[in-house]
Amino acid sequence: MKKLFKAAALSAAMIAATSANAADYVIDTKGAHAFVQFKIQHLGYSWLLGRFNTFEGEFSYDAKKPEDAKINVVIQTASVDSNHAERDKHLRGKDFLNVSKYPTATFTSTRFIPADDNNGTLEGEFTLHGVTKKISFPVKKIGEGSDPWGGYRAGFEGSTTLKMADYGMTYNLGPASADVQIDLYIEGIRK
Amino acid sequence: MLKNSTKSYGWATICMHWLQAVTILFMFGLGLYMVDLTYYDPWYRGSLELHKSIGIMLMVLWAAMLLWRFANTNPKPEPGPAWEQLAAKAMHWVLYLTIGSLLISGYLISTADGRSIAVFDLFQVPALPALIENQETVVGEIHEILAWSLIGLVILHFAAAMKHHFLNKDNVLRRMIRPLGQSR
Repeated sequence: MKKLFKAAALSAAMIAATSANAADYVIDTKGAHAFVQFKIQHLGYSWLLGRFNTFEGEFSYDAKKPEDAKINVVIQTASVDSNHAERDKHLRGKDFLNVSKYPTATFTSTRFIPADDNNGTLEGEFTLHGVTKKISFPVKKIGEGSDPWGGYRAGFEGSTTLKMADYGMTYNLGPASADVQIDLYIEGIRK
Repeated sequence: MLKNSTKSYGWATICMHWLQAVTILFMFGLGLYMVDLTYYDPWYRGSLELHKSIGIMLMVLWAAMLLWRFANTNPKPEPGPAWEQLAAKAMHWVLYLTIGSLLISGYLISTADGRSIAVFDLFQVPALPALIENQETVVGEIHEILAWSLIGLVILHFAAAMKHHFLNKDNVLRRMIRPLGQSR
């Protein structure tokens, strides 16, 4: 009886602990429901798209307290993939990402300013190529709710444009290609 | 005259040797030159296409020379200390091995994403499935190291030939210029 009581108390404590972190999500990179894409002009005539295949992160979001939202993402720069081996080799090299020296790029939010129920501005520090800069960009909630497999998910998208030269990448791709747009699509599974 | 004899190399080996020598030196220069070209250079794309095309041709030449070596007699070493003869033999095999590895590594860079290599718009060499993650980058480093190693080996090889020709005054270099008859 004493044992049963102990077990019940432990379960209750665990449930309490879970609900206390109800707003914590892990980004679903395992199931690949999250994407870090980039987009850059090619010669000013068209777009080149690519992505980072390996990254991980966590975020907190509670619709009742959106101002407390925060996110942390770590991207493995060597996982850059533009669907062309020779180009990817160049991108990993010293002219661009220099992945052997700077293996990760990170984003850590410092503040979230909600605008309405589904939109807001995310502020944070972005580190790329060894350079850390404060950036802010709009974020939109796509949706949240139960998934068919017993979990709970929430998804967001955000986009920001950065000047490569600001991060010490000065290889000349032409005047139209100085900026790169980074698009984040993340889905989190509630812990 | 075409085939090797116990005294000298034949025309087939001589031609393949010098064609490979010239091509390798050219490819080394082209490789160093092309990786530093800027994006807007008219040769930015063409230099790489040329490097890849020649690389595949060189692979054929390398394989042909290796086959020919096995299918043929080889000249007996010129008189000299046993260690020198052993070193010469070892050097030849290390050269074959390094050139082969360099060629294969080049192939593995360009085919890492499954794309085939176009050889002078004449034919395509298909890709094999990628062997490792980020193959183009990892093998790219190896390709560069091998290229510099090969040039180091070539310098040694050249120095040895000069030593034989000018110091020992033997036939080591001469028999790689043209086939020598039975009389010395």
